[in-house]
Amino acid sequence: MNSFFKYFSDIFHGVKSLLIGMSVTGRYFFSPGQIVTQQYPENRKNLQMFERFKGEVIMLHDENNLHRCNGCGICENNCPNGSIEVIPARITGEDGKSKRIIDKHIYHLGMCTFCGLCVKNCPSNALGFGQEFEHAVFDRSKLTKVLNKTGSSIIKGVE
Amino acid sequence: MTFNIYDFTSFNRWIDEGLNSIMSPTWALITEMAIIGIVFLLFYAVVGLFLVYAERKVCAFMQNRVGPNRVGPYGIFQTIADFIKLLMKELVYIKDSDKLLFNIAPFIVIIASFMALSAIPFAKGLHAIDFDIGILYVIAVSSLGVVGILLAGWSSNNKYSLIGAMRSGAQIVSYELSVGLSLLTIIVLSGTMQFSQIVEMQSNGWFIFKGHIPAFIAFVVFLISSTAETNRGPFDLAEAESELTAGFHTEYSGIKFAFFFLAEYMNMFLVASIAATVFLGGWMPFHVSGWAGFNTIMDYIPPLVWYFGKTAFIIWLMMLFKWTFPRLRIDQLLTLEWKYLLPINLVNILFMAFLVLMHWHF
Amino acid sequence: MKEIINLPVSKIDEEEYHINMGPQHPSTHGVLRLVVSLQGEIVKNLKPHCGYIHRGIEKMCEKDTYPQIIHLTDRIDYLSSHISNHAVCLLVEKALEIEIPERVQYIRTIMDELTRIQSHQLWWSSFGMDLGGLTCFFYGLRDREMILDIWEETTGSRFLQSYNCPGGVMQDIHPNFQKKVHAFLKTFKKKIKDYDRILSGNVIFENRSQGVGILSKEDAISYGVTGPSGRGSGWSCDVRKTEPYSMYSKVQFNEVLRYECDTYSRYMVRMQEMHESMNIIEQLIDNIPAGDHSAKMKAVIKLPAGEYFQQVESARGELGLYVVSDGNKTPYRMKFRTPSFSNLSVLDHISRDMKIADLVAIGASLDLVIPDIDR
Ligand code: SF4
Ligand code: SF4
Repeated sequence: MNSFFKYFSDIFHGVKSLLIGMSVTGRYFFSPGQIVTQQYPENRKNLQMFERFKGEVIMLHDENNLHRCNGCGICENNCPNGSIEVIPARITGEDGKSKRIIDKHIYHLGMCTFCGLCVKNCPSNALGFGQEFEHAVFDRSKLTKVLNKTGSSIIKGVE
Repeated sequence: MTFNIYDFTSFNRWIDEGLNSIMSPTWALITEMAIIGIVFLLFYAVVGLFLVYAERKVCAFMQNRVGPNRVGPYGIFQTIADFIKLLMKELVYIKDSDKLLFNIAPFIVIIASFMALSAIPFAKGLHAIDFDIGILYVIAVSSLGVVGILLAGWSSNNKYSLIGAMRSGAQIVSYELSVGLSLLTIIVLSGTMQFSQIVEMQSNGWFIFKGHIPAFIAFVVFLISSTAETNRGPFDLAEAESELTAGFHTEYSGIKFAFFFLAEYMNMFLVASIAATVFLGGWMPFHVSGWAGFNTIMDYIPPLVWYFGKTAFIIWLMMLFKWTFPRLRIDQLLTLEWKYLLPINLVNILFMAFLVLMHWHF
Repeated sequence: MKEIINLPVSKIDEEEYHINMGPQHPSTHGVLRLVVSLQGEIVKNLKPHCGYIHRGIEKMCEKDTYPQIIHLTDRIDYLSSHISNHAVCLLVEKALEIEIPERVQYIRTIMDELTRIQSHQLWWSSFGMDLGGLTCFFYGLRDREMILDIWEETTGSRFLQSYNCPGGVMQDIHPNFQKKVHAFLKTFKKKIKDYDRILSGNVIFENRSQGVGILSKEDAISYGVTGPSGRGSGWSCDVRKTEPYSMYSKVQFNEVLRYECDTYSRYMVRMQEMHESMNIIEQLIDNIPAGDHSAKMKAVIKLPAGEYFQQVESARGELGLYVVSDGNKTPYRMKFRTPSFSNLSVLDHISRDMKIADLVAIGASLDLVIPDIDR
């Protein structure tokens, strides 16, 4: 008799649990307001990444095309992947002394793991993270970038 | 000739007489068959494509997503795009597979579902053949599909496929019983196996209301076991994506895979329309005996709308099953059938027979 | 001819056949290969073949300085990257005997628990998917997204944050951090009920998981199955309790233990751990003390020569970190004791004489992360 009861209570509990499960999916089916999908790329225009988002490493330039990098090479030493190559140059400054400046700050995006060490360790805070994230290109060589813009120079007084 | 969306009998007769008047009866018959064949093919393609789209949309909504929305407005052409893609795909030949069986297996599956479609009444007078053993025919023909699945699994020379096919064999053979018995319960009530008569008899109330408790139990049993028979989740052991990668159709590609895919959806449509016809009155509008005014209003809704509405509801239920429940294990699947569904079914038939004898139904 | 027929072929071999589950298989969640011997549907034994995603992280660590190692430990167990990073930081700080600001400890603990929750959410999703309930996958990912957003705002990355650094954390928490964590806790407490309704209570799920993959406490200990999988066998192995680090000695929480020893109990341990983690976060989130987000560190970190060991409780179990230093700025040898590797070793033992479908469920209940196995 006991097993007889168990048979029916099993059926009852089974059906009940199934109905509870169906009520969850059913409820979501009828509540389209809960849809969480983001419509990328339609929302590209107003897609706002978080300010700290690590899209790529950039060199910060101000409106006069000035940056703060003096070519010390600390970022290169700190990068675990060798994705930064600093090529310094020497110029003679106004005071006649020979001075080190950055010639090319080369950044291999394809090798970067966004660890943030270069940005953190740069003594003059010349680097930062950009928000750009659409990095797909057809040619790998395009992932190698020169971070200091052409014609840019160092802000006075940073060296 | 008067074309009437409430009754297709005169329309059919008009075509029949028109054809007979311009050609000999044999040729007229052949032409009619060809017309029906073409109409069904088109219907099959349209319904199949629509169901694939519907399933993707329905499951997306259940999962807080939007589903396909890239090809065409609301993504309605998505399945057509997919279909074109499948058409263009290479048909991969498997080393050491049984070429003949491998090639005919998809056709067996698709033909089985195709044949069963012919007995379904879509509206008054709108069916290909009105067998007097319609239900029996549908049960018999629709279960032919398992042969195709078994062959597919066997001939692919792949262990995953073979396991999938064997599972599906065990599954379909057992669940066939429950499908048959639950339909039999209604036959006890209706006294006929002819689809047109079954529908007619529901003009004063659908069987699920007329036969109340046993009919409802039979309906639930039918839903469960027919879901199992169509190899859909939570009974999709033959495909069991997370266990057997793709089960019996692992090795199929391109259009042959599309055949299996379409057949699955058509089988779903088929069992849904059988359930709609037998339990929910098919194309018969919702009638309550005694409420003449209400019944006439209901009559204004065309039978095709009723039919497709009910079918769509049952298909939606089956999708709800699939997208909610985890999959059963093979032994649990068989336990469910032999320990629960079958005994309940047998008792239910007796109950129904008793009910009919005592005239306790409405 | 006669010799060939009379070859001594054991009876078992005739009936058994082998299938390769993986390296590309939907339920191994990565490139794990299991060679399974089957008799019909019954698993007779299985041999895991790992190494398909071996990246030589231990060797790579030998050329990296300690701050640089962080970005590699991110990638060992990518689902508990923050916790692995925490282990490295703890080890370095212990070796250098640095006092860490309270604020950092609070932040790290909260982050660890967020990591645990999101890892368990993803595990729940894939568990549901492995059992065939595909909708679970999307519900889990949907809720996990909130944590990823919190992370993205504070650390800048969604997944492999590299947020810890020896001595502290990279940046201070974002001003929105506390507000967002509160919002997440509020939402998730509601949504986790759905998890129970759709999967935990489901009769099919109960049948699929109860009594499947019995792992006794003795076996759990002898195979070193730690984490929720071990606690599902009643083994109290939570490093947060046994060797508390950061804030764990100061917060109130229960070590979730269950004694059924089966897949279901491992499942329930994780479900309850999510509640416990939320509990821990709630205790900490409003009390984060003001202060610096990092201790003062030397520019070049050199560990004194010697051996160091640090263990933490990652989302999958005990993560051990063993470092031999020769006094240089890079470790001489670095060894990870990853939880998934030990947990995988028990898979053969507990899935014998089960069905293929059970094997998938057991594998899912051990919550294996393949890069964590291969390193
Ligand atoms: S970016 Fe910073 S660390 Fe790198 S070279 Fe320039 S100043 Fe030095
Ligand atoms: S973020 Fe890390 S990996 Fe990328 S360039 Fe900077 S230091 Fe190198």
